[in-house]
Parts: sequence; structure tokens; C-alpha cells
Amino acid sequence: MTAAPLSPAAAPASGTDLLLWVAVPYICLAVFAVGHVWRYRQDQFGWTSRTTQLLEHRWLRWGSPLFHLGAFMVIGGHVVGLAVPGSWTEAVGITEHMYHTTAVWAGSVAGIAMVTGLGMLCARRLLTRQIRLRTDRSDKVLFPLLSAAVLLGITATFAHNVFGAGYDYRSTVSVWFRGLFVLQPHPEAIAGAPLLFRLHALTAFLLFAAWPFTRLVHVWSAPIGYLARPYLVYRRRATTPATAAADSRRAA
Amino acid sequence: MRVMAQIAMVMNLDKCIGCHTCSVTCKQTWTNRTGVEYAWFNNVETKPGVGYPRRYEDQEQWKGGWMLDKRGRLVLRSGGRVKRLLSLFSNPDLPSLEDYYEPVTYDYDNLISAPASPDMPVARPRSVLTGRPTAITWGANWEDGLGGAPENAGADPNLSGEWAQKVKFEFEQTFLFHLPRLCEHCLNPACVSACPSGAMYKRVEDGIVLVDQDKCRGWRMCVTACPYKKVYVNHATGKAEKCTFCFPRIEAGQPTVCSETCVGRLRYLGLLLYDADRVGEAAATPDEKDLLDAQRGVFLDPHDPEVVAAARESGIPEDWLTAARRSPVYDLVMRYKVALPLHPEYRTLPMVWYVPPLSPVLDAVDAAGGDQDDPDHVFAAVTRLRIPLEYLAELFTAGDTDVVGGVLMKLTALRSYMRERTLGEPGDDTALKAVGLTRGEAEDLHRLLAVAKYEDRYVVPAAHKEDAAALSAMEDRCPVETSGDPEPRKIMLGIPTLRRDTTAGGRP
Repeated sequence: MTAAPLSPAAAPASGTDLLLWVAVPYICLAVFAVGHVWRYRQDQFGWTSRTTQLLEHRWLRWGSPLFHLGAFMVIGGHVVGLAVPGSWTEAVGITEHMYHTTAVWAGSVAGIAMVTGLGMLCARRLLTRQIRLRTDRSDKVLFPLLSAAVLLGITATFAHNVFGAGYDYRSTVSVWFRGLFVLQPHPEAIAGAPLLFRLHALTAFLLFAAWPFTRLVHVWSAPIGYLARPYLVYRRRATTPATAAADSRRAA
Repeated sequence: MRVMAQIAMVMNLDKCIGCHTCSVTCKQTWTNRTGVEYAWFNNVETKPGVGYPRRYEDQEQWKGGWMLDKRGRLVLRSGGRVKRLLSLFSNPDLPSLEDYYEPVTYDYDNLISAPASPDMPVARPRSVLTGRPTAITWGANWEDGLGGAPENAGADPNLSGEWAQKVKFEFEQTFLFHLPRLCEHCLNPACVSACPSGAMYKRVEDGIVLVDQDKCRGWRMCVTACPYKKVYVNHATGKAEKCTFCFPRIEAGQPTVCSETCVGRLRYLGLLLYDADRVGEAAATPDEKDLLDAQRGVFLDPHDPEVVAAARESGIPEDWLTAARRSPVYDLVMRYKVALPLHPEYRTLPMVWYVPPLSPVLDAVDAAGGDQDDPDHVFAAVTRLRIPLEYLAELFTAGDTDVVGGVLMKLTALRSYMRERTLGEPGDDTALKAVGLTRGEAEDLHRLLAVAKYEDRYVVPAAHKEDAAALSAMEDRCPVETSGDPEPRKIMLGIPTLRRDTTAGGRP
């Protein structure tokens, strides 16, 4: 299954397409941005990875590194596939075939690692009673949503690009995705994509909307600064941020 | 010279009766909340014993504290910065809950709601984590008073040398003492150095090590890095928590809760001035047995005019300098040198020190038919009695028996001299001279260790008025709020919060 070549003169997008591929993404991105600002200002105390390693470590030991390292590769792959237009990669001498082969192989490895890891993390959450009891509302949204996005993504890749005839999402889905960020949305570009790709894109945007309200915020706290910081941290009592925050609350 | 002040503690182990009042009052004050049921900021363990969490002193296993690498540089035992970031996803050296113990509550409700029956209703134990009935198989103090010693105490990591083969756990031949432990508020804290978020810090003013609950992201590297395992993960909030040295009380010039409620009156609180510029060098001392002297070398004499001038320059207030000169901790650690740090070989330069217990030695003198009151008998026993001495050396001096032996002899000489004095005799000071004490010093040390008046034990200068705004800002904010509330609750310190249902899944 291949999409019709995209042309500027494509049929005008229907109302449903406008809703799904313009309105919903922008709403989700707005919630993502505003939600993060709100959460960061209001809930530093809740801003954490919410580790459960203390309660269960045997599954976590394999599941968590598999999931996280797989996710890093998958995110990297998405950045390249969605943000970089095909014409750019061809300009530096990477043919469509070379790109496609690399993407399918690396993507499959990363995807399988991520799915396996996520499966183990979900399994321990469901099967270990003390963790299940500590699963809160945000987790009950996050885990199904994340699983859906990941499973739809890997299924789309396998169905169309590993076992299928091949689908060049870079000329359709990527065009739509980039259009959103340069404020020139092309809903018609994705409207013709296979169902699995469309569902994957939709769940991904829902995940963005949920992001600031879940434990996913810990992504933004990846402690890279630790590599350069002096080992010992001294702080004056009078200038602790907690005090400053309390002062500002008082002033407000 | 960069002078800093540290509020430090000394415990006189001869007086500890293992009543656990310190642990209980500490728990009631700080950790009677969901998520830290298993955590004891202060605990009392029986030695010899495996401790809490199990075998925490085995750093080959738990990778706590610092060590010197092949080139003699000071590095965290748990690895470098890159390795730490790579183990964020799963920390291979984190104790699991089984290494502490599974916290339980009891079916108290059953005692009043059980239907009429010929049998007495019972309150069965129930896991706080799963809400299900459970068998209690371990606790924070399972081996109290050597309970289960033949089965468990042999696993004590301090029983490592050849001499350990001779340690007997048969009732008649064994020895024991209690070791109360809390956060050491180290000069070179490994937990602070391992925190990827920079949420842990040492306060400039009084050296108290704290976790900023707003900045902690739950990476749990501090738990591994602390060799005393005195940082805990709150499994409800996913953040690290630790002993706060009761800083709201300290700031008000009051002793910590554990000290205030100690029925044996064995705890001492006071200031020590130290040179922050020499901390790193002291922690990197090549020979472990020199670490004790190296750490003492970091401490500054508050009577020295040069030190006083430098302290004023770094902004230490005048009344704090007065308190530093009156500090019982300075007297025990530096003047009389009877206090020793717990496991100096971890290289964190800990700041809770211990006067080693004489009792195991005296018991052995008795058992050998000697006279406890004769310093000659006790001196002889101190040197001859290999087992407790080597065990104490393993705990307090990185294995150097001479140092522990010296302290025990000093305590023996003091005891025998003061006994004579109390009985109205002039007192023979030959033994005193042998251990380097004058009559006046002996009277002073006796007053400090044995009479132990409240005002002598606790010399805590209040925080300063110029910081009053900062202090009152902290007042409405418990540093360890409970998660899951729609908005941060204001918790007044000192007033117990509502008792929450501690069974995980609601009432069973």
C-alpha cells in the first residue's frame, strides 16, 4: 500500500481531517507546553521518576534499562525521520534505499528493546501487589497510553516496512508533522496514510498532552549537569530555594 | 583556612541500655508516615550483629563511601560520574526492602469487631505494603540483645579477621553492647557527592546534611553512596529522606529529639570548628589507620586566637564561638580524645562519634576472676583480651587496637580514680598519669561523662536573628510532606498530622 504522491493541489481537507490532524495536535501541544509550566511552578515536590526499585528489583533490573535505552534510540530515529526532509538526506548522498534499510534495521532493534522493556515494566506493575497498590491515576493513564503509542508504532513498522511492501512515511506523515511546527499545517498529507500510522500519530499526540501530568516529567530532569558539578554541595540556610519559594508564596 | 562550624554528636556507649527510646521518639517525630514505615532515621543495633539494613557495613557488597583508586585519588566506591548516570535506570547496588524488613501493622480492628466466640480474638500482623496477612520474619532490630546470635550474628561484617574465629556466641562466653546510629552528617558526605540532581547539600552554617524535597528527582544514588545506609527512599513519594538532625530544634537552640529523650543521658551535642579547605586532603589519607588523626587534624581549636580571627572573617557569630569553646564534643573528641568515629575507613569523615564501651572488657575481667576496680587487672585485660578489643577497633579505628585500647585504659583509670575520690580517699593518680590525665582533668571528664548535666551535654547555640525571616519562612513547611494531596498541606512541625490509613490498599 503506497500513498498517492503529494501535490500542493491535493483535495482540500475534510472537517474531520482538520479536527484530527490540525486541531487535536495543536490542542495537545498547547496542553503539553502550558501543562509543563504549570506543573513546574506548582509541583516541584511531585516532580520525580517515582522509583519503585525498593519494592521490586528483579524485573526492573532488565526491564528499565531495556525500555529506556530502546526509547532513546526510538526517539532519535523519530527525530531523524520526522524532522529531516528526504531531500536533505539525499543531498548528502544517502539514497532512499540506504536510509530505508538502516531505519528498518535500527528501528526494529530499538523498537523490540523498548517493547520488551515496557512489557516487563507493565508486568511487574500488574503482578507485584505492592507496586500495583502504589499505581496512581496518572500511571493508569500513562501506561496504557504509552503502550498503545509504542505498540501501534512498532506494528506499523512491521506490517508495512518489514513484512509489507514498504511505506514512505517521510513524504506524507513527516510533511504533516513538520507543517505543524512551521505553522503551515498539511492535514491532507497524513489523511491518506495507512490506518496504523494515523493511529500511532494520534496516540503520540495524546501522550504529549498527558505528559506534563505524569511521571514522564522526569525526562526533563535528566541530570546531565552532574557530570560537571563539584562533588560537595554547600548551601546557606538563608538562601535555600525552598525559603525563597515560601517567601514568594507569602508575597503573592 | 576556611573556618566552618558543625553541630556534632558524641555518644557514650557504656551508658546505652538499648531501650530504643531515641528510635521511637525519632520515628514518632519524623517517619510515622506512609512510604517510610520501614525507615528509622535513628536505630539502635546490638553488636555483634548484622545491623540494619542487613550487613550494611559490607562495602564490598553495598559500595558505600569513598575509596582510594590505584593512583591514590579519592573516588566514590560506587563508581564515577558516568557510571552513576548509566545506572539511573536500575541501580545495581540499592538495598531492596527485604534487606531492611517488611513493615507490618496489626488487625487491631479484629479485637473489637470479631463475633462472639469461645476463643480470644487476635490481632494478626498484616503487611503495610500489600495489606495482606504476613509472617514477621525480620525487623529493624531483630537481633536485640543478641537474639538469634548463633544463627545470625556470625554474619556481622566486622567479624572478618582471623581473630573473629574465636568469637563465641554461646551464652556464657559472648559479649554485647548497643550501638545507636543516625546520619553522621559527614564532613565529606558521599550521599551529597553522589546526588545527580544536586538536591542534597551540607548547610554552611551548621553542617547539617539535608535533602531538598523539591529538587530530589528520585535517582536513589544517595542510598548506595551512604556507607551507613542512612538515606532512605520514600516509596510513596519516590524521594530520598534522611535524618535532619532535628534542624528546627537545633535552630532554636534545643537538642535533637533522640538526644532530648535519651534516658541514659549518653548523647552530647556541641559545635566543632573545622577547616573546610583541609577536608578533601584528610579524606584521602593513604593509610586507613591514619584517618582518625587526619580527621582530628581538620578540627580547629576554638581557643586559638588565629582560629577565632579566621572564624569571624568567615562570618561565624560571636555567640557561636563562645559555644564552640564550651562544646562538650570538642572536649571529648579533641581535648580528652576519648571519642572515636564510627568506621573512619569509609572516608566520609563522620561527625557522630562514640566513646567506646568498657563493659565487654569488664565482663571479661570478671569472668577471668579479676577485680574490676583494680586498674592493673583491667589494663592487663585490655591488652590480653583480644576479641572485644579487635571488634571495637574494627568499628571505630579501622582496625587499630592500640587506639581503642588507649581509650579504654583512660576510662578505666578515670573510673578507678573517681571511685577512690567518691569514697573519700585522696585518690592515687599514678594510673591517671599513665594515661595522660591530671587530677583536674579527671574531675572535669568525670563530670562530663558520669554526672552529665543537661547544660553540659547540650551546648547548642540558636540560629541567628538576622536569619529570622528565613526561619519563619520554613515554619509552615514540613520538609517531608506527604504526596498524593491535591495541594501541599501546611504541616506545623511538632503537631502530629492526621493518622493516615497505613494499610496500602485501604482498610482490608
